[in-house]
Amino acid sequence: MAYFSQQLINGLALGSIYGLIAIGYTMVYGIIGMINFAHGDIYMLGAFHSLILFLILGSLGVTWVPLAILLVLVFAMVLTAMYGWAVERVAYRPLRGSTRIAPLISAIGMSILLQNYVLLLQGARGKPLHGVVTGSIPLFEQGGFVVQIGYMQILIILVTIVLMAGFTWLITRTTLGRAQRACEQDRRMAALLGVNIDRTISMTFVIGASLAAVAGLMVTLYYGIIDFYIGFVAGIKAFTAAVLGGIGSLPGAMLGGMLIGLIEAFWSAYFTVEYKDVAAFSVLVLVLIFRPTGLLGKPDVEKV
Amino acid sequence: MPDAPLLTVEHLSMRFGGLVAVDDVSFAAADRAITAIIGPNGAGKTTVFNCLTGFYKPSIGCMRLDGARGSFLLERLDGFRVAQKAGVARTFQNIRLFAGMSVLENLVVAQHNRLMKASGYTVLGLFGLGTYRAEEQAAVERARYWLDRTGLTNAADDQAASLPYGAQRRLEIARAMCTEPVLLCLDEPAAGLNARESAELNELLLKIRDDEKIGILLIEHDMSVVMEISDYIVVLDYGRKIAEGVPSEIRRDANVIKAYLGEAEDEGPAARAGEARP
Amino acid sequence: MIARAETRADVPASGVLASLLKRAALAAGVAFLLTVGIVGFELVSSTGELEYHTRFGSIVVTVAAVFFGYLAMGLLQAGLIWPAIIGAVVVGAVLLFVLVGSIRDPSLERFLPYESSIVDWSLLMFPVGIVLRGLWLFGKARSQAKTGRIAGSRRYSGWLAWALIGAALVLPFMPFADRRLVDIATLTLTYIMLGWGLNIVVGLAGLLDLGYVAFYAVGAYSYALLSTNYGLGFWVCLPLAGALAATFGILLGFPVLRLRGDYLAIVTLGFGEMIRIVLINWYWFTGGPNGINNVARPSFFGLDFDRNPDEGVAAFHTFFGIEYSPMQRVVFLYFLILACALVTNHFTLRIRKMPLGRAWEALREDETACRALGINPTNTKLTAFAFGAMFAGFAGSFFAARQGFISPESFVFLESAVILAIVVLGGLGSQIGIVLAAVVLIGIPEFFRELKDYRMLAFGLGMVLIMVWRPGGLLAHRDPTMLLHGRKRGRS
Repeated sequence: MAYFSQQLINGLALGSIYGLIAIGYTMVYGIIGMINFAHGDIYMLGAFHSLILFLILGSLGVTWVPLAILLVLVFAMVLTAMYGWAVERVAYRPLRGSTRIAPLISAIGMSILLQNYVLLLQGARGKPLHGVVTGSIPLFEQGGFVVQIGYMQILIILVTIVLMAGFTWLITRTTLGRAQRACEQDRRMAALLGVNIDRTISMTFVIGASLAAVAGLMVTLYYGIIDFYIGFVAGIKAFTAAVLGGIGSLPGAMLGGMLIGLIEAFWSAYFTVEYKDVAAFSVLVLVLIFRPTGLLGKPDVEKV
Repeated sequence: MPDAPLLTVEHLSMRFGGLVAVDDVSFAAADRAITAIIGPNGAGKTTVFNCLTGFYKPSIGCMRLDGARGSFLLERLDGFRVAQKAGVARTFQNIRLFAGMSVLENLVVAQHNRLMKASGYTVLGLFGLGTYRAEEQAAVERARYWLDRTGLTNAADDQAASLPYGAQRRLEIARAMCTEPVLLCLDEPAAGLNARESAELNELLLKIRDDEKIGILLIEHDMSVVMEISDYIVVLDYGRKIAEGVPSEIRRDANVIKAYLGEAEDEGPAARAGEARP
Repeated sequence: MIARAETRADVPASGVLASLLKRAALAAGVAFLLTVGIVGFELVSSTGELEYHTRFGSIVVTVAAVFFGYLAMGLLQAGLIWPAIIGAVVVGAVLLFVLVGSIRDPSLERFLPYESSIVDWSLLMFPVGIVLRGLWLFGKARSQAKTGRIAGSRRYSGWLAWALIGAALVLPFMPFADRRLVDIATLTLTYIMLGWGLNIVVGLAGLLDLGYVAFYAVGAYSYALLSTNYGLGFWVCLPLAGALAATFGILLGFPVLRLRGDYLAIVTLGFGEMIRIVLINWYWFTGGPNGINNVARPSFFGLDFDRNPDEGVAAFHTFFGIEYSPMQRVVFLYFLILACALVTNHFTLRIRKMPLGRAWEALREDETACRALGINPTNTKLTAFAFGAMFAGFAGSFFAARQGFISPESFVFLESAVILAIVVLGGLGSQIGIVLAAVVLIGIPEFFRELKDYRMLAFGLGMVLIMVWRPGGLLAHRDPTMLLHGRKRGRS
């Protein structure tokens, strides 16, 4: 029971990170119907930005951890969001209205480009960051096993909840959110009604990228080491989360992220760590085959 | 209405979640006749078509086809088998050609199943064995026959996407006919055609009915087409059948006039109202 | 970030310039934000503790390059060709001066923005590109009549194919063909074959397969395991490997081929990764991360290429009564892969004219219409998948036989991406395009090792640019598989 609870906590923290990335996939899919294959690499860029900013703040003498984290959060979001914006502008916008396969290939190209861009600029070696947020709270003890929740895990879950709340407000209450939902329903009609399609889509990428940056920051703090390749597997898992939750659905992305995090934590704990990625991929395949609309997705009737 | 029905539809219903798109519709379509399904936008016409041609599984209902290839319950056949086994061919409201391929290739692809068999499911054909050569020649001849009938012979080697709109509509019909169907389903074949093209289409459809001796099922908004060539008309509104009969009966039917014009208005025949619609 | 200038000739030039400057400044601002973090600070962890080095010079140069590049492109678009060209020439001349000067005088190097001379030199592409574009626009404005160019270039392509095959046949016997060249040519041919195989799936059937390398792995492991465990020879294993890979293709494809295109792509990617992870972790069967060593080399109709072959086996050099040379095996392997690749090519050309091949293309064009014509979409896709997998299996067993050693590291997602890049850059569906793309992407970087680091960057950039520029692929022309009227009418 105690071991189980510990894995539950670990899984939820991990799942929050996947959920934050998954939102970027699901929003982009909802609005332009493409898989933004480069999104995982945007998240990787977010992690690198966070790490660089931490070092800069450190050398500037900002040592009070909450302030440092807040500053890093804001600046990493801004810098990473620019990448989200630029990727859409350069690689996807010219392909709007093209075949389905063209933007996907462009996105794969973008993903390779970003990975190697960071590889060339920052080198292949993993970049460590030691203990910014450490310590944990023991929750209860059972049979000599102490279940504890780390401060970092609390931070991850809290930030995710706050961001989700803010984000839900953004989508349901603001003009931008309305424009976004209108574009999802019918892009041409929305344009006729005066919604600026280009700006709305750009904003979608910007929001998705900033959330991915948050995930990048959290991962940097949580694991303490990053490299240029982390975006690939995390990206696939987050995409799996988005599909599992029902692609296009925001609560679905969060739910899917949590489920994938839990599956991974429990699989690693009770079965084999080596096959944890296989577990995530299997979930993806099974969901796509048996329930392509995911858990919270709307059924999609074929138009002929 | 001419003799034994080719297609019998009984109690067909189709629901999407809470929406009932087709509600307990029954009708029959005779062999060697043109049966039209008409109705205002959103009446469920295309949904009926999609059920018939295997794109949707109907929620309830029975669709029986008694054609030259035997008897089939269409709702029991898997998507593509409706065309392959039962011989139901269709066209689409928004034309669906193989845009990047040539006109001739479009027509040869339509004869895929026959050619596959002749090529020994590719294995023999790869080594130049079997009856493939002759069968391919026959396929080209069949394509040529339909190119001649649709006036596309000169464009045979052009890319399908490069054809003008009216020609694309005709090519889609030619392609459907190349599958040698027993029932041809046309979803708004006259949409977007000008008066002259529309008249040519009428002629083509009548010829198909008389020369190929098959049944034609037609969805159409253009009343000049419907009234002129249909042998029998089924009228749908809000997913239900509100009338059926020969064109002269439909023209006078009070329900039909109401459906097309609404309650308050009472002027003009239904035919005119139909023409005013897009 | 090239602006679609809304400017027209009747707008006064000063207004054009003002708005252009504003937008160029904006683009430069974006470039600054993009580069300030990742480019400006290099993370170094040599001493165990992480620290950073700054590279502000690179930022300045990049931002300036974006600003002036944007300006020049905008000027070109607005019809102000000469200012753009003159500016580009001036910038280019200064750049060239510093670049050339830095070779002799290292003190000039501090003016160079980047750490790598390749990147520094590649900066020259921008002014050169702008000058060329400007001259092209100028030329176009002078001579409006430009027709009949495409018609000639097509008759040419049949010729080119035969010339290439001829060149490939004589290549190993050329005086300049040393071992390294033939090895590189063999590697390039392997990728050409893989590209042709994937082209069946992606180019013809329109199924985006991101896990193609999985079938390559199945082929390689089939041969390696069959030969090391059961002592089967290469020629027995080759068809077996192909059949096994095809079976895998069918098994994997069956559940997923109903999925929509982009989902299919992700699922195939997942399968590819799963197979790799299984290969790493299934120690007793696959040797885990260490892979399989001492895979038997192929023989020439039972003749071995070793200097002293095993008891009872004839050696190639003694049978033909020639001097032993290690080149014999290298050249033999070269011809082996050449033959395999040509078989793949021939198959594709042949099947395009068969009903199955036409159905693949029809499926790529419109699946719904295919179903309405009674074509079984799942089976048709499955055959494309299986044939593609089969050729990957052949290539895989060749790979294992050539290397003599395989490990899961050779079958990462990046390999799938490289093969896909070859197919895409070559022009989806174009056989010759794949050859050219493989030579450019595999062969040339193998020769110039310094370029290798930048190869993947160029792959990614190339994929994006090609898609943006020509979504159908570089050589996207498609010849009909049959003609009613023969070739008499010159269609272009």
